[in-house]
This record gives sequence, C-alpha cells and structure tokens, in this order.
Amino acid sequence: MGEIKNTPETEETGREALIRFHGIGKTFGRVRALTDINFSFLRGECVGIAGHNGAGKSTLMAVLAGVFEPTQGHIEVDGESLPGYDANAARHAGVRCVFQELSLCANLSIAENMCIVHPQLRGRGWRRRATALMREKLEEIFPGNGLSGNELVSDLTLTQRQMVEIARGFTITDTPVRLVILDEPTSSLDAHTAEQLLAFVRKAAQGGITCLLITHMLGEIQRVADRVMVMRDGSIVSVLARDNLSRKAIILAMGQHLEVDKASADQRARLQRADGPEYQWALGAGRRTKIDASRGEVIGFAGLAGQGQTEALLAIYEAATSRGAGRAKVAFVAGDRGRDGVFPVWSIAQNLDLRWLSGGMAEAGRAGAKRLPIRGLVDFAAARAVVEAWRVKIGIRGASMNAGILSLSGGNQQKVLFARALASDADLILMDDPTRGVDVGTKRDIYQLVRDEAAKGRTFIWYTTENEELTYCDRTYVFRSASVTRLLHADECTEEALLAASFEEHAA
Amino acid sequence: MTFAITQARLRALLPAISLVAVLVPILCLQPATMSYFGSSLLLNLAVPIVLATLAQLAIITVNDLDLSIGPFVSLVACIGATLLVKQPWLGVLALVGCVLAYAAVGALIELRQIPSIVVTLGLAFVWSGLAIVLLPSPGGTSPEWLGTAMNYQTPWIAAPIVWSALIAVLGHLLLMRTSAGVRIRGAGGNPRAMRRFGWSLVRSKATLYGIAGLFGVLSGLSLLGLTTSADANLALRYTLLSIAAVILGGGEFAGGRVSVIGAVLGAITLTLAASFLAFLNISSDWQVGMQGAILIVVLSLRVMLQRGDHQ
Repeated sequence: MGEIKNTPETEETGREALIRFHGIGKTFGRVRALTDINFSFLRGECVGIAGHNGAGKSTLMAVLAGVFEPTQGHIEVDGESLPGYDANAARHAGVRCVFQELSLCANLSIAENMCIVHPQLRGRGWRRRATALMREKLEEIFPGNGLSGNELVSDLTLTQRQMVEIARGFTITDTPVRLVILDEPTSSLDAHTAEQLLAFVRKAAQGGITCLLITHMLGEIQRVADRVMVMRDGSIVSVLARDNLSRKAIILAMGQHLEVDKASADQRARLQRADGPEYQWALGAGRRTKIDASRGEVIGFAGLAGQGQTEALLAIYEAATSRGAGRAKVAFVAGDRGRDGVFPVWSIAQNLDLRWLSGGMAEAGRAGAKRLPIRGLVDFAAARAVVEAWRVKIGIRGASMNAGILSLSGGNQQKVLFARALASDADLILMDDPTRGVDVGTKRDIYQLVRDEAAKGRTFIWYTTENEELTYCDRTYVFRSASVTRLLHADECTEEALLAASFEEHAA
Repeated sequence: MTFAITQARLRALLPAISLVAVLVPILCLQPATMSYFGSSLLLNLAVPIVLATLAQLAIITVNDLDLSIGPFVSLVACIGATLLVKQPWLGVLALVGCVLAYAAVGALIELRQIPSIVVTLGLAFVWSGLAIVLLPSPGGTSPEWLGTAMNYQTPWIAAPIVWSALIAVLGHLLLMRTSAGVRIRGAGGNPRAMRRFGWSLVRSKATLYGIAGLFGVLSGLSLLGLTTSADANLALRYTLLSIAAVILGGGEFAGGRVSVIGAVLGAITLTLAASFLAFLNISSDWQVGMQGAILIVVLSLRVMLQRGDHQ
C-alpha cells in the first residue's frame, strides 16, 4: 500500500456509498473555506474528522447538512447527482446534524423542539407523538437521564441540552435516518454520558447509520472511527484506515508537531532572581496565600478546576491596577472568550488594539512617530501599524482586519485576544485558562508567543486546566480550596506530583 | 428543587396575581363593580386594548417591536368611520390592504435586516398622516353593524369579559399549542437554527406581522364600535400600553418568550389600573404618573422572581 487512498471505493470495503462529494469547494467572500473535496460516505461506517480550528470541518459538515450551498462541485446521493442540494434535500436523504453550538430553541419545550426538525409532526396529537419519540431516543442513548420531555430548554443544564440535541438527531418520523453528523458532541457531556454516547455511536453504525464524528478529543476518534478524515486549510489531507490509527498518526497528518522546544531554562534563569522577585502578592482570606514572580518568569496556576485560581488572578489584577505599592502595568487574557473576551460587533482590528489604546499608544508616539499624537485622541496611523504588526506575528491570514471578529474561527479569536494583551505596554500578563477549546496548532503558536515575550522580560501568570502546559512554566502554584498547597519548580512538575498536590487537603 | 419549581410557577402566575392585586381594592372600594352592568362598564375599553396587545405580542414573538400600533389602530378607526360607511367595498379593501401592508413590512424587515424599531417608528408617522388625510377633524360615524356588535349583551357575564376570554383561549391554542404556532415561536427563539433546518424566516415574520395587522384592524374596529366616532389621535397611547401589557403578561423582549393568556390578563390589568386610580380620587393630573409607578412595581417584582429562579 504505502500511499494513502483518498476515496476508498465500494469493492474495497464491501459497502456502498451513501453520499459522494465531487470536487466540492466553498468560498465566503474572499475567504476560501473548502477546496476540491472528494469523499464518499459509505453506509454504516463511522468516520472521524480531525483537523485544527478553521480547517474547514464545520463548513464541510454544513455543506453536507444543506445549510451552505457549495460554490463548486456537486453532491451525489445514492449514485444520483442532486443539483439543488439544500436543507430539505438533506433531510430527504436522511442526513441529520447535531451542531456544535446547539440548535435548540430555548423558549420551547423539549418536545416542541422536535417539530423544528420534523415537518411531519403536525395535526392532532403531534405533541404526544413528539414527546414519545424523544423520550424513547433519550432513553436509548442516555439510559437513566430523567427527562420527561415537557421541560423548557432554557431550564436545562448545558449537558442536558446537549443530550437533547443529540437524541433529536437520531429520532425518526417518516424519512429514515441514514447519516448523522456529530460536531463536537462531547464538549459539554461529562465522562459518563460521553461514554454512553460513544457506545451508542458504535451500535448505530453497526445498525447501518453512517456517523460522522468531529472532535478535538483524538482518543474518542481512535475508539469509534472506522476511517479518519484529516483536514487542513480547507481540504482533505489524508484518510486513515482503522488499522493504522493512532493518536500520533492523526496529529502527524494534521501537520502539527507536539514537540515545541521548551524555553531554554538557563536563559530565563539569568533574568530572574538577579535582584529578588519583582512582584509579591498576599491573597485570599487573611492574606495567607503568598505568590511572587520575577521579571521574565512564567508562573503556572494548577489544581483541579474551580479551586480559586481565577479568583486569585482577579485579585492580582485588582492589586496591580489599584494605587499603592503593588501597582504594575497589567493585561488580562480571558478564557471564556465569548463572555469575557470578545467584543462581538467590533472588527478584528478594534478588538486587537483596545488594550494598546490605554497604554502603549503614548509610548509608540514618543518613540517613533513624526508628530506627537494629541492627548485623548486616537492616533489612527499608529493603531494601523500596531494591528498590522501583530497580524503578521500571530499569523492571521485570509480575513481583512476590518472584518467582524466573529468571522474568525474560535482559535484565531483567541489569538487576537492574546495579541490584545501583548500589544500593550503591560509587563505582567495574566491568563485565565486561555487555551480552552483551542486546537493543537493554535496552542503551539500561543506557547511560542509566551516564550518569546517572557524572554523579553515580561512576566506571565498562567492558569491552565491542562497539565501538559505547566511544563512551559518556571514555577507552578497548585491550588486547592482557594489556597496554595504546593509550589513546584519546573524540574519537579510531573503529572504525579501535580495530581498529588491537587488532592492535598492542607496547605504545605 | 421544589423551591425552584414554585418560583417558576409563581412567575407564571404573576400576571394573574397582579390582576387580583388591582381587582380586589376596586371591589372593596366599589362593590357595585362586581355586577353585570358594573363590570361591563369597567372593562368597556378592554377589548380594543386586548386586541392591540395581541398585535404587539405577535411582533414581540420574533424579537421585534412595533412602535406604530397606536397610530395604526387610529387609522383603522378613521377608515371605519369614513370609507367603511360611505363606500363599504372600498373600506373593506382598504382594511385588507392594511393587513397586507403589515405582512409586507415584516418580510421587508427580515429580507433587508433592518431594525424593526426604525421601520415601525417611520410607519407610525405614515399611519398618522393617512388618518389625518381621511379625517382631518374628529368625527365620522361608526357603521351600524359595528355598534350593534360591540353593544351585544351576552348572558350571565359581561360582554367584554367573554370576548377577552375567547380571544385569549383562541390565541393560546393557535400560537402555543399548534405545531405551526410552535414553529413560528421557534423563529423568535433561535432564528439561526430555524434557517438551518430549512424554514423560511421571511415567511414566519410575514405571517406574524400579518397577524399583527389583523389584530390591529380588529382593535381599531372594536374601538370605533365603542366610541362611535373616530379621531386621528384616538389610540396613540396604545403603542406603549400594548408593549407594557405584553411584558406585564410574562413576555420578554428577546428570545421569543411570550404568553398569550398572560398578555390578555396584562391588558385587562392596565385597563383596570386607570379606573382603580379614579376610584381612589386621585386627580387626573397624577393618574398617568401613578399608572407608570404601578407598572414599575409589577415589572420589578418579576425581575426579582426571575433572579431568585436563577440562583
């Protein structure tokens, strides 16, 4: 074999193609989202789809679900070419989609949400039929879920909503379900329900339903997928068969290398400890939690989620912005970018230079500008220069910087938030789990940025829920019940030491 | 858990509770209002307000706001008092045209993605202008059949109560219980999802705006039947009154959350609040302000209940 076949054909697997893509391409304005996609979705197989954020996975699935019309190519269903493939055609072909950002109406009940995907639910007794269908499917996929079907969706937890969304994708009225797209289905599920779902997906595939699983959790793909489609920059770069499936192979195909050369420790050691720690804070109840940091140091905050790390960051921020001894130039990178980070109606440029406006602009004016900016007014020429410089540095291509921030993929939005903090005059950067829901490639870029900026003398305080990231930190404070239980230096920061410290009950 | 449920229930019951809170003092002050004649007098003007409220509710369902419903109701009353009497066919045609115009506005708002507030604010002046063209000074007469219909004496319970209840139940069945109604509300709850599953938002919006136009026409005609003459400024205050009634009835400006029965109760509460203040011998100078104060109290109560719900 040796080479990778992009379109394994019928005779090879003994299954027939359900839907076939021929040279599908899709452009949004000037941005090319998909290029020349050729792929056959076979009956009763489970296809895993991997690729970093912005690789075109979601767009491809939207084309398959009939939400977007492709700009090039054509789609074949059961060997017949369908020219006007739209949402209704997709429904007739038996295609269902479970969307990443859920598509439930919060103002309707669980049963009422059924009639949005099933136009057949009408007339007398539709409500009873919808409830019965929904409860049956919920019970089949997530046994013991305890939902009655009459609850308003807005009263459900995020996990329950995701369960409803998934179950709805598998319900059948008149057209049989033949292909279900699951876009990040386990992102809000807990370990137990995620397990139930994966087991069901395997069972459904054996029962003849084609399942497409898009996820960043490569372990899940490895467990359930018959084939893995790996996407990069809007095209399929390889299709891996089940026999040579491994986490490493998938990552290799995604074109990303996990190995980022760690910052040379000695270089930073030279910067720090020269004249004692630059920053010192006493936080928490009774000011007992002591944290210090030197110039150019990367400090990690670790521990189980929600043990007071974010609160500690906020307290540091408050101390740094209030008048007094601890005052410092500080910037904050939010983790929940939808809620705390992004200004949704502003452009990319406006989102990027915001922090720079309140510190950094004046300096830029003094340093290089031909004429001094007028105090209180924005120096647009300098702002454009800053935005352009950071665009190149963080590597955002394709989109215009004047486009809305929401036109970027999630990972790129996070990069813009990073640039917002780094473009400013801040010496101290606080990061609240900034790589949440970000793909491996973007993470690597972010690690690189942190390393480079730390080498220039900036101090980072980095709260993360991913223990791998702590290897980039010089020292790590482990939190438990809102206080620090252990301080780990880079060489002692192993998985076991972290876990032990995370579950420790008393402060060391 | 049980506490949360009682809170949610309390919130759903709030329109009824606020109605009782206004009704009981009235009954205490003036027991005569409980009689057939008294209640019919007290709630005389409720029917047009209820209808205008449902027109507003249709539009709030899709997260829009209609700032032109008051002038529109006035225009309908003017058409009824002039064209409908002199040239009935032309009058009917004009009213049908009004409903279609509303539907077209709904489609336009969705197609061009213009804020509804801007469009309806502009339309408010258009409707007012047309009304003045039709009826430059207050006057005109109501068609005979309209007066008869509005003065129809129902047995046992006063007519305005019967009509309001009928409208509430009918509206509730159509919008809250049928599958078509549910899909239309879905367009307010999550428009992106509706579009994804192949539903036309233009059609949903045009339908709802058309329904709003229909209720606006019914409101104008019923008002004309009661007042027997029209004026271009007859119902200007209906705009804010209808919005207040929908919100009072448990509706929300965003997210497609509305309650038909709640909105009808809200409209009746607001009608009664005016009489309540009159019974308290509060001078008419202060009445409008007091009405606003009542509204603020009830709405704050709702916000507080909701906050308790989230905790």
